[in-house]
Amino acid sequence: MRTLVTAFLAATLWVPACLAQDASAMPKGLDERINEAISPVTDVIAAVIFYSIPLTDEIALPVIVVWLVAAAAFATVYFNFISVRAFGHAVDLVKGDYADPKDAGEVSHFQALATALSGTVGLGNIAGVAIAVSIGGPGATFWMILAGFLGMSLKFAECTLGVKYRNEYADGTVSGGPMYYLSKGLAEKNMPGLGKFLAVFFAVCCIAGSLGGGNMFQANQSFQQFVNVTGGPDSFMADKGWLFGIIIAVLVGAVIIGGIQSIAKVTEKIVPFMALVYCTAALVIIAVNYDQVPAAFGAIIGGAFSPEGVAGGFVGALIQGFRRAAFSNEAGIGSASIAHSAVRTKEPVTEGLVALHEPFIDTIVICTMTALVIVITGTYTAGGGMSGVELTSLAFESAFSWFPYVLALAVILFAFSTMLSWSYYGAKCWTYLFGENRTMDLLFKLIFCIFVVIGASMNLGPVVDFSDSAIFAMSIANIIGLYILFPVVKRELISYWSRLKSGEIRRYVGTPAE
Amino acid sequence: MTETLLVGVDGSEGGKRAAQFAAGRAKETGARLIVAYVIEWSPYTFNTPQENDLRHKRREEEIARAESEVVQPLVAGLKKDGVIAEGAVRHGHAVEVLSQIAGEEKASQIFIGRRGLSKFKALLFGSVASSLVQVSPVPVTVIP
Repeated sequence: MRTLVTAFLAATLWVPACLAQDASAMPKGLDERINEAISPVTDVIAAVIFYSIPLTDEIALPVIVVWLVAAAAFATVYFNFISVRAFGHAVDLVKGDYADPKDAGEVSHFQALATALSGTVGLGNIAGVAIAVSIGGPGATFWMILAGFLGMSLKFAECTLGVKYRNEYADGTVSGGPMYYLSKGLAEKNMPGLGKFLAVFFAVCCIAGSLGGGNMFQANQSFQQFVNVTGGPDSFMADKGWLFGIIIAVLVGAVIIGGIQSIAKVTEKIVPFMALVYCTAALVIIAVNYDQVPAAFGAIIGGAFSPEGVAGGFVGALIQGFRRAAFSNEAGIGSASIAHSAVRTKEPVTEGLVALHEPFIDTIVICTMTALVIVITGTYTAGGGMSGVELTSLAFESAFSWFPYVLALAVILFAFSTMLSWSYYGAKCWTYLFGENRTMDLLFKLIFCIFVVIGASMNLGPVVDFSDSAIFAMSIANIIGLYILFPVVKRELISYWSRLKSGEIRRYVGTPAE
Repeated sequence: MTETLLVGVDGSEGGKRAAQFAAGRAKETGARLIVAYVIEWSPYTFNTPQENDLRHKRREEEIARAESEVVQPLVAGLKKDGVIAEGAVRHGHAVEVLSQIAGEEKASQIFIGRRGLSKFKALLFGSVASSLVQVSPVPVTVIP
């Protein structure tokens, strides 16, 4: 309880500090002091995590990207292209064909997938793709799609393990995710010490990632886009990041602390709708310019192997594509495994199979659409140094002048739902480290809300580097564990697959009990 | 073999009337009467992880509430009247679940109340009674 009081005190002190910072019209002062204090630490962390092997003068290959892609490629081969083999069966699982009617009212496969997707579909699909194409050229898209495809098998493995080693409590709530499969799974393999260490390492990184990439970055980017569409520097909100932050923090707090589910319900209803609007707009642009589609695909495939004017040539395009894909679909990061663990199923493999649709929808479908729009409209060359959300916004604007407003709303809603997801991931890791009780849960959620305000009102800089590093650092512990536990997943898969083929596992739909 | 009848209730007066009507028929023929309450739920909604976390608990609460507030009082009352009655509470889409129970329990008839929605409201929210008439595997009696 004392910790809670401390947190409250910290909250009441921090918020006015942020208020004072902007109100006194010298935000730079405090920002710079914070940046100066933090950057030596974050620089070191970022330098370690993003350690790159220089290939040429221009281009360096970040080891962490190789780490992720190598694991994804290994998983794809090791599970014998499960992403292709089981794609159809996974669709049936999502549809609920194999769901036991007795489990009606529990978390379904569809719901677990949708929840995990709302945590990953977001800025990565809108801003990340634009960054990849503007730096790596159209060819980056090809590598992004390939990375998404490989990521499907990795996601399959981590979500199967998440369900297999989850904790189920008396009241029916479940906790799952890398911290549980690392500690419990590795203990089974006679490596309890390593398992515990990796689990704690993962949990610490996940908390940092949740507060950084899953919170401050989202708050900051949605504030930027809000200011952009409301008049840029002339916007009434331009110098009121703290106010925007407090509004978002109150909304987030109302959901995660106050338990006001109606706000979450509204968000979760609008988010899929926004995703639909976004994809429809992209498809319309693609359809209208259908004559350019072959050329665009030509540019994407040609650019993948022999790009023109891209720094570092083909390797440069490849790195950009892989990096953005990893950012966007989070395969190998371990975060989605936490969300997928909530499903009600007797077979861990089923959720793994459902999860392989996540990189598919996120990267292969949505990211590719964004990339096609950017390539077709040609904004990546005409953008004049624009990148991120602005570039995507410009690409869509060239077809629909009103689209930036829709995009701003989409960005804010995506950011909001991403924050809700990451607050949950962070809270699960926090309670894993400090004890699974309500006080600890509440304490983390309070801290989370405070970081929303900080994220929106600050000029991020080194903090973004840090949060990106934290998210990627999650993959270090997670993937070491995955390599050790891949045989467990394979055993589960073989057992499940043979029972499916023998007819022991049957679909319920269409066979009402005789 | 005794006949089985099924009645769908929802805690409303209309549902109660349907149950009474069905009970009358059940008593005449000595049939077994299943009183079913369907909690509206779809596996295809978008939830937050927090909602998913509490889902199992909520489900138990929803079932407990439906049992104690609607189904059990009704069943107890019917039993007192000498009807062989039993309750059932399930999650899902009312029309689908009622058809499903009818199939599982080999019910020969379904009774259901109607909400008396205006055309517009029925269009907007869907009428359980009229949809059930369309898809039910057995005859449906709609009680006004």
